[in-house]
Amino acid sequence: MAKLTFIGGVHPYDGKDLSKDKPIVELQPKGDLVYPLSQHIGAPAKAIVAKGDRVLVGQKIAEAGGFVSAHIYASVSGTVKAIEPRRVPSGDQVMSIVVENDGLYEETKYAAVKPFEELNREEKIKLIQEAGIVGMGGAGFPNHVKLSPKEPAKIEFVIANCAECEPYLTSDYRRMLEEPEKVISGMKVVLSLFENARGILAVEDNKPDCVELLKKLTRDEPKITVKALKTKYPQGSERQLIYAVTGRAINSAMLPADAGCVVDNVDTLVAIHNAVIEGRPLMKRIVTVTGDAIGDPKNFLVRIGTNYQELVDAAGGFRAEPAKLISGGPMMGIALFDLNVPVIKTSSAILCMTEDDVQKWEPGACINCGKCAEVCPGRVLPSRLADFAEHYDEEQFLKYNGMECCECGCCSFICPAKRRLTQSIKSMRKIQLSKRKK
Amino acid sequence: MSDLRNVSSNPHIRSKMTTSNIMLLVVIALLPATCFGIYNFGIDALILVLVTVASTVLTEYLYEKLMHKKITVGDFSAVVTGLLLALNLPSSAPWWIGVVGGVFAILVVKMLFGGLGQNFMNPALGARCFLLISFTSIMTNFDCDTYSGATPLAALKSGESVNVMDMIIGRTAGTIGETSMIAIVTGACILILTGVIDLKIPGAYIVSFVIFIVLFGGRGFDSAYISAQLAGGGLMLGAFFMATDYVTRPITKNGQYLFGIFLGIMTGIFRLFGPSAEGVSYAIILGNLLVPLIEKITLPKAFGKGGERA
Repeated sequence: MAKLTFIGGVHPYDGKDLSKDKPIVELQPKGDLVYPLSQHIGAPAKAIVAKGDRVLVGQKIAEAGGFVSAHIYASVSGTVKAIEPRRVPSGDQVMSIVVENDGLYEETKYAAVKPFEELNREEKIKLIQEAGIVGMGGAGFPNHVKLSPKEPAKIEFVIANCAECEPYLTSDYRRMLEEPEKVISGMKVVLSLFENARGILAVEDNKPDCVELLKKLTRDEPKITVKALKTKYPQGSERQLIYAVTGRAINSAMLPADAGCVVDNVDTLVAIHNAVIEGRPLMKRIVTVTGDAIGDPKNFLVRIGTNYQELVDAAGGFRAEPAKLISGGPMMGIALFDLNVPVIKTSSAILCMTEDDVQKWEPGACINCGKCAEVCPGRVLPSRLADFAEHYDEEQFLKYNGMECCECGCCSFICPAKRRLTQSIKSMRKIQLSKRKK
Repeated sequence: MSDLRNVSSNPHIRSKMTTSNIMLLVVIALLPATCFGIYNFGIDALILVLVTVASTVLTEYLYEKLMHKKITVGDFSAVVTGLLLALNLPSSAPWWIGVVGGVFAILVVKMLFGGLGQNFMNPALGARCFLLISFTSIMTNFDCDTYSGATPLAALKSGESVNVMDMIIGRTAGTIGETSMIAIVTGACILILTGVIDLKIPGAYIVSFVIFIVLFGGRGFDSAYISAQLAGGGLMLGAFFMATDYVTRPITKNGQYLFGIFLGIMTGIFRLFGPSAEGVSYAIILGNLLVPLIEKITLPKAFGKGGERA
């Protein structure tokens, strides 16, 4: 049988060897914790604590600002020092709650957990909503919204996105190896919400150990299957993943639910398990700290709100002068000015590289080689779109399906002239998206 | 503030392939044909190749210097143009033909339209056609020390018999680089294996050309005749090295098939019904002119809008 995959894509150097064999270690923060009120898609949360208040581990400190929004919980005990704008990994200044850590980790009293069997659909979704869970793969879409499609009976597949196609990232890999039962438990919770759905754990075949382990553990689960996908970036992109697994293709204007699918990332499923089975809100996540500038690359279990600098220090600091700091992976991550930003719900990695490819290569003239079109998973013509974007030709940009770009970065990566195609297309898309909202 | 790192949009890594790498690979892939040409035609061919390449590179350098533009000769694209043009000249041509052709290719066809990536016509072919029209007798004089008389394709057209084996190996009269099918295909394999070109255009070109001459050549399915038509003239050099020129071929997949088919049909028409035995150069530059139209009607469908299947 042909391997499950999609058309297009690239094979960048994967760099996972740096950190893939490093077991997850828990990191206790020393400095202040910063909780931005907006670390998800949708309305910002509203702070429900004030300066001077004492907070406990697991205490809700900000309430969702609407249905498409998420609560935020304190991950340490201590005192609210300030509520002020702070820089977040995306580079924006966002209103944040700053908590001075007292180092006691005193926990709040959690509500008693009902046995799973006694929970009904609404109660389960309520628990997930209460826990403040958002898509932890990077998008940060509030999970309870995703789990509440118009017609739940039409959902046929719940897909666990275990692809981890971004180079260098190993947080999902470690999670699957070390706590696979939590991933599977989270999957079972989501499956219980959709009566007609089958569960699929979709793993890239560069992680054969995970495939084996998950297969072994789901042997007696008739509704769950493990599928190995061809290793190729961006296999973990939602639309490409759905296509590889089900053969159904959705365009940018459609939702996974339109193809009868719900897709959740590994860490999100673990958060769902923690919320529904253990009654704990989202307070921690796994962050890979890696790159050739890092002394001792590691995978950390981190309390959300911890400063990036603390993570880098705990990973042996810099062994060489870094030229580029990235929050996330090298293909879709966000470049950082400095490390003084907090871990948020969607922070998957801190990547520190001694070489900056973007600065190294000066963009040249397009030679029309067509490589960008060959690798584009959106099946559009990136070189033309970038031209239209640079000349602000909205009409042509839309006609050439510019909005179908998923900003995966394959075109800029492959371009022999080193043109910044993704950047130009992304800028134009932002303008068009903001126009749509109006 | 010196601690602030460089911030840029994703992706933050780049593949190793660069424009100059690609051009260098094309130069390497042209070497078998060049070497065979020099072996076949002797020192005259070597001199003409060197003069032509020097004139294309120098023209680009001087133009950019005079216009205060960035010097781009380091990307080897001028070398490719010079080499391709030289391979399309008869070895008997005087040295100044290489100079005039080189200047025309770079200055008129490439730089005046904006330089690399902006020309709508293959510079080497544009220059060859200019020379063919302006200096017809020089450009069609294939007499040299080794061979005298007509090219095999001309002989074929006037109904004489030709030695197909000689044509495949390249021991015939013709332009410097077009005679050896073996050398050209060897070079093409380098480009295909390194992913610089693929078989869409050459494949569609050659297949449609064969179908055309079987239908209209008046000889039916005569394998010796077909082989001679394929090995003769500039077809192989054109199909693998000039029709595949990135800048002047369609970027869309279906457009590339369409482009190849168009070239096959035009070459067939020119060779069978035109006054000359040749037709590749004119077919390709005519095809170049149609590229914007071809792209327009072959825009790909986006993923999720019907474009998900290969």
